[in-house]
Amino acid sequence: MSIGFSSRQAVEALTIMLRSRSFERQVEGLFARKRMHGTTHLAIGQEAVHAGMAMGLSPSDWIVPTHRCHGHTIARGTDPYEMFSEMFGSRTGCCKGFGGSMHMTDVAHCNAGSSAVVASGVPIAVGIALALKRSGSKSIGVAIFGDGASSRGAIHEAMNLATVWKLPVLFFCENNGYGMSAPAGRALSVPSVSDRGPSYSMESSSVDGNDVEAVYASIREACEYIRSTSRPFLLEAHTYRQCGHSKNDACVYRTRDEERRWMERCPIRLFKDKMIKRGQLDDARYESLKRAVDAEIAEAAERAARDADDSISLDEAFSYVYAPGKGNARLVSEAVRARLA
Amino acid sequence: MKDVVTYREAIRAALAEELRRDPNVVLIGEDIGKYGGCFKVTQGLWDEFGADRILETPVSEEGFSGVAVGAAMMGMRPVVEIMYGDFLTLVSDQLVNHAAKTRFMSAGQLGCPLVYRIPTGSGTGHGAQHTQSLEAMFSNIPGLKIVAPSSPRDAKALLKASIRDDDPVLFFEHKMLYSALGPVGDESDVAEIGKADIKHVGGDVTVISYSRAVETCLEASDMLAVEGVGVDVVDLCSLRPLDVPTILASVRKTGRALVVHDAPAFGGFGGEVIASIVGDPETFRALKAPVRRLCGKELPVPFNAELERAIVPSAEEIVSAVTSMVAG
Repeated sequence: MSIGFSSRQAVEALTIMLRSRSFERQVEGLFARKRMHGTTHLAIGQEAVHAGMAMGLSPSDWIVPTHRCHGHTIARGTDPYEMFSEMFGSRTGCCKGFGGSMHMTDVAHCNAGSSAVVASGVPIAVGIALALKRSGSKSIGVAIFGDGASSRGAIHEAMNLATVWKLPVLFFCENNGYGMSAPAGRALSVPSVSDRGPSYSMESSSVDGNDVEAVYASIREACEYIRSTSRPFLLEAHTYRQCGHSKNDACVYRTRDEERRWMERCPIRLFKDKMIKRGQLDDARYESLKRAVDAEIAEAAERAARDADDSISLDEAFSYVYAPGKGNARLVSEAVRARLA
Repeated sequence: MKDVVTYREAIRAALAEELRRDPNVVLIGEDIGKYGGCFKVTQGLWDEFGADRILETPVSEEGFSGVAVGAAMMGMRPVVEIMYGDFLTLVSDQLVNHAAKTRFMSAGQLGCPLVYRIPTGSGTGHGAQHTQSLEAMFSNIPGLKIVAPSSPRDAKALLKASIRDDDPVLFFEHKMLYSALGPVGDESDVAEIGKADIKHVGGDVTVISYSRAVETCLEASDMLAVEGVGVDVVDLCSLRPLDVPTILASVRKTGRALVVHDAPAFGGFGGEVIASIVGDPETFRALKAPVRRLCGKELPVPFNAELERAIVPSAEEIVSAVTSMVAG
């Protein structure tokens, strides 16, 4: 299913996707120039999934992203400067440099952070949904996971439990076709992860993950169902990771022909063309929007690079292992509570 | 409340008191409702608290332990019963990779105030997969706290402290202690995690232990007292944080230290205790004999009752070790 965005929504969707793409290109460059250390997992080509999700959710819904989390995080509204800083390992990062590329918790934007143990964030999102339901909130928990993670037992347990306990959780599978190098077609016992919904008595559907309007509409529909029934829903978005799995990946496990076919279905290009056809955009406006986004992201990257050496000290790091004093979790939970709708 | 209760009743009382005190506290686990839990620890709580506070789960240790992490991040205080401590292997991803690191990796934006209650240890004839003592495996993880009480008073006061603690706590309950009797404190008795307790005072040898092995050490200390050998029995109560000052003060006094635990010696927690003793110059200089440890045997727990008894340290073995240390 698909709906037509209003012009305002369309520009918002396009902007989110362009910011995400621009962020990933900056990261790619920073790694190529060896300005960043460690590793990173880019989501180039998956922007429609993140933009459609972020626009379809309520700002007070809690997400638990995947290790490939920049797109989710930026779409949800986290400051790109804080994200770049996190990747530089700086004190000014969203997690003060303790997390890095795969861990960008941002409570202010109801982002509980990713697990880099794929699928392990899924039961955590179910626990968040449990707490939200008990608090009387209408907000939901969103467990984001990939096709690769979908084979793990933790997801089976979480889905079974969410149905049995009637919890308001959206299981959102971002099927980008590959679990690292393993094609979904060879790793899954079903054609689509959403086929597993009925075995948990769970409503489920699949959507074209490169169509941002379709993703948005499916998210809205799923959330409406979850909020009105307090039951879980399994939504799968089919998309494609245009880039490699992580920073060093020659993609020997797939063909250039396949990549070309998906490049033609690049979500940004598809949506740009659609907007132009509808009269919501023209080439000049697109170029100026893209220039503005690229400038904003480049500025954030440069500023973060300038602050890259502002590291937290080892002594300070120790103070984050355990709660500093009695009652701290209460303070933290009050911060969390402030985010509850 | 009766003056003297069982360890099981003490734990149950702590759960009931904390459930009444704080609406954020919930119990999560398998068969903990009407059935009362595998070891009947939660028996009767269902009648007072019902399905709203006692969340019975399918057989899904990995799933519900992760659910507890997510709920704790949002400010709930889940107390999770892991039916048998051996199933910690199923829980370890959520425990090690998530609960222990949530606060740190989020730079304090989120906390993880939860308790895993872990019936542990051998002596029940349940075979090698239901009788292990796996505490040392988790003592190497910054971010976790580990508690292992040996008496009803400690069990109650430490469980209350664990539930009120703002960090994830592993609460090891020894299955063979469930019927042990002892006094308990009232509702206001909340212990401090990380404080050892000297359960017996004597001047010749310091015996350091935790959980069920403390009982064995106390039995041995009575036998040794008859022989005129005085033993300080230091019950660690908590393994992480570890009360090093109390250990060192006792060993400086006696000059002799023996560490006793049911878990195997190799890679066991005793090594940590011994390192803290011999690494302290003043305590090291006070030593009159090599520091020793007496631990479980290096094999899986056998089903055969006689062998099962034989793999953990006995009072006689402790007496013999202490005697030889005093004899020099």
